Amino acid sequence: MSNVRFRLNGVETEVDADPDSSLLGILRGTLEMTGPHFGCGANECGACHVLVGNHAVAACDTPLWSVADKDVITVEGLGSAQAPHPLQRAFIAEQAMQCGYCVSGILISAAALLQQNPTPTSGDVKAALDRNLCRCGSHNRMVRAVLRAAAEMAAR
Amino acid sequence: MSERAPSPAPKLPVSLAANPTLSSWVQFSREGHVMISPGKVEIGQGIITALAQIAADELDIDIGRVQMARASTAASPNEGVTSGSLSVQQSGRAIRQACAEVRQIFLGAASDRLGVGIDALAVEDGTISGPGNIRTSYWELAEHVSLDRDATPGAMPKPPARRMQAGYSVQRLDIPDKVFAHRRFIHDAALPGMLHGLVLRSELSAAKLTGLKEDGARAVTGLVALVHDGNFVGVVSETEDGAQAALKALRRSATWSSDRMLPDEGQLAAFLKAEPSQSTEIDTRTASATREPVRTVRRQYTRPYIAHASIAPSCAMAQWTAEDRVHVWTHSQGVYLLRADLALVLKLPAENITVEHMEGAGCYGHNAADDVALDAVLLAKAAQGRPVRVQWSREDEMSHAPFGAAMAIEIEADLDARDEIIGWRHSIWSNGHTARPGRAAEPALLAATELETPFPRMISTNPPSASGGGADRNSVPLYDFPSWRIECHRLTTMPIRTSALRTLGAQGNVFAIECFLDELAAERGEDPVEFRLRLLSDERAKDVIRAVARRANWKPDKQAGTGYGLGFARYKNTGAYCAVIAEVEGAEDISVRRLTIAVDVGEAINPDGVINQIEGGAIQATSWVLKERVRFDRQRITSTTWGSYPILRFSDVPDVQVELIQRSDSEPLGAGEAAHGPVTAAIANAVFDALGVRVRNLPITRDSLIAAMELNS
Repeated sequence: MSNVRFRLNGVETEVDADPDSSLLGILRGTLEMTGPHFGCGANECGACHVLVGNHAVAACDTPLWSVADKDVITVEGLGSAQAPHPLQRAFIAEQAMQCGYCVSGILISAAALLQQNPTPTSGDVKAALDRNLCRCGSHNRMVRAVLRAAAEMAAR
Repeated sequence: MSERAPSPAPKLPVSLAANPTLSSWVQFSREGHVMISPGKVEIGQGIITALAQIAADELDIDIGRVQMARASTAASPNEGVTSGSLSVQQSGRAIRQACAEVRQIFLGAASDRLGVGIDALAVEDGTISGPGNIRTSYWELAEHVSLDRDATPGAMPKPPARRMQAGYSVQRLDIPDKVFAHRRFIHDAALPGMLHGLVLRSELSAAKLTGLKEDGARAVTGLVALVHDGNFVGVVSETEDGAQAALKALRRSATWSSDRMLPDEGQLAAFLKAEPSQSTEIDTRTASATREPVRTVRRQYTRPYIAHASIAPSCAMAQWTAEDRVHVWTHSQGVYLLRADLALVLKLPAENITVEHMEGAGCYGHNAADDVALDAVLLAKAAQGRPVRVQWSREDEMSHAPFGAAMAIEIEADLDARDEIIGWRHSIWSNGHTARPGRAAEPALLAATELETPFPRMISTNPPSASGGGADRNSVPLYDFPSWRIECHRLTTMPIRTSALRTLGAQGNVFAIECFLDELAAERGEDPVEFRLRLLSDERAKDVIRAVARRANWKPDKQAGTGYGLGFARYKNTGAYCAVIAEVEGAEDISVRRLTIAVDVGEAINPDGVINQIEGGAIQATSWVLKERVRFDRQRITSTTWGSYPILRFSDVPDVQVELIQRSDSEPLGAGEAAHGPVTAAIANAVFDALGVRVRNLPITRDSLIAAMELNS
């Protein structure tokens, strides 16, 4: 056990845990941040994506020690019902899901894309979301939602 | 089925007749809310929103006032299972009828209080007003009006033209919670004092535990209990990590054996045809005048086992509140049915068990939701009254949950001298397509077969044809062939566990029928659209085909490497009509560029919700067709990860255009399963159009294309 410090959704956070524990377990268990979802535990589905710095990474496959002193953002940190992120607004506007289990990871991958490329094409969006699986078949709505959010952010 | 609605119902809708107490469906609060309590559950399909629309419409209230209760055996009407695209038909009709009567009851009470006739009263957002600004409201009257009374068949729902919410695209009620990560999923729920449980399962099918050392697991910090009952072994820990560590220690020490031999996955059709089976004649039609066929064409089609492969592995929580009482939280499709099976396993009266629904990830049929609930119940028994949460691993979900059954389908057509179809024979070899809990004298739950005193493993069966059938679903042609014989051979062995997957056998049967028809049309040199229109007499069927042909500009000029194909079905022959035109390209690897779809679901309660379901079904079907096949060797399922069981990714997804034919005066029909069969056939037919190769064995991969080319040459 040792103390690991990082910023979680902008808040200085300190966790006393085995530094090799998976970030996902720490987020969901110790820190009760259940936005990132467990899907496979093997970095194959994207349901647990979180932002570490500017990159979307699979929290299930990320050891706690590796985020020491870094910025970690989960879907909870993107925005809230009171102050939604443009992506969250766009996913509602496009009704871009069916079950919604994969959505928190997809919002994170999309946020990472828009940080790096504010004016993506639909091909860019698909490429950026290719590590995220959606089983309900809501892909096209999600791509439209990301493009809508990008347009909204560009217009501001 | 009546095509006119609503009419003064001569009898109550089935769900309401089975659960007639109005208060079990509708309750008002003094604070201005209506609690609607359906027996159907949200499984990612948007049903609660559609039902809320119906209730808001009949009661004349804003949809924001509607609160949708989660199904629970403690309070909800028993509507069986949420499956078969029946929720709008069953729950929707019941809620529409119940709310129409409740509105009348309140108008009667308001009339008494205000001293004016019912006809002089109007309802607006729950406020009941009459001449001279007299008014009261549902909320004011709520405590004086008892709804603990049985529904009567007399109440008349609104005519379609007066509906203000049903028929419009309302935003889904659950979506904001999901984008803001509010805890809606059972996976995100936490109960006070909750423990974490895991079950040790072998990768072998039907494995017997031959050796186990418990000391390693018992030494793990935080271990609360180790449960060992026959071949069922599990751990309960204070933490999820602790449970994982204990399970790992157990796994290292466990030895297993199995005498179950799985089929040869390369010889699926041969296996299905050779196994012992029970044969049923599904339907026959005898021609009035028999003509001698000039020739007979025979084709065989197969589809593999298909996994549900939900993004979330199944999860449940259970808590024993007394020696003989247990509370279960589950994403099962049927809370009462799960309860019945739990009662069988636990040998308890059903009343001692409360089963409460919470949302899980997308559910496409009978997955492991019910299995994991029993796991949680068995582990929680050793947890001294504390709640236990169990979540399966990805590997367990992909190997131990039931699969959609593999199918071999053979069709023969007798042709006359002008190549017209004069006889048609359709034979199916498949395991049954359902082994759901709660319907038999013995439980269907996995752990029940693993206990020291085990229950036998339930062999899957088929629902009766009158309910849409199972393996035989959609096997009776809608086309006007003069004679036919449809038969189904249901395997009485089940080396690979199967149960309900979206569409049951319809995907396989529609694939076979529509591809065979396409082949016959091509041989005649007849356009496949014209060919089908000529053979159909149902105008709604013809309308979706005409609509899709128009929308897709059927048929564009031939371009190298690009192909177009058509598929059509009416789901279950009684549900939604759906026609699809697929545009594909490729040579070695096929990609689907566009799916154009026309669909008729009767009255569409939430048009965007219907389109969402159709789009989703179409994309999922594309994934089944291009990617999916459960893999196995002779002892174990081997496709237990996303790497070994790939599904469609964002960059593979086709553009999907949906045209909805609105029929607000027709009964609403479910949309969730309408697209799979037609999409499958449309893609296969488009592959032929592009490459001149008939792929009759799904999935359509590089390997199956090469095999089909070799067969052709």
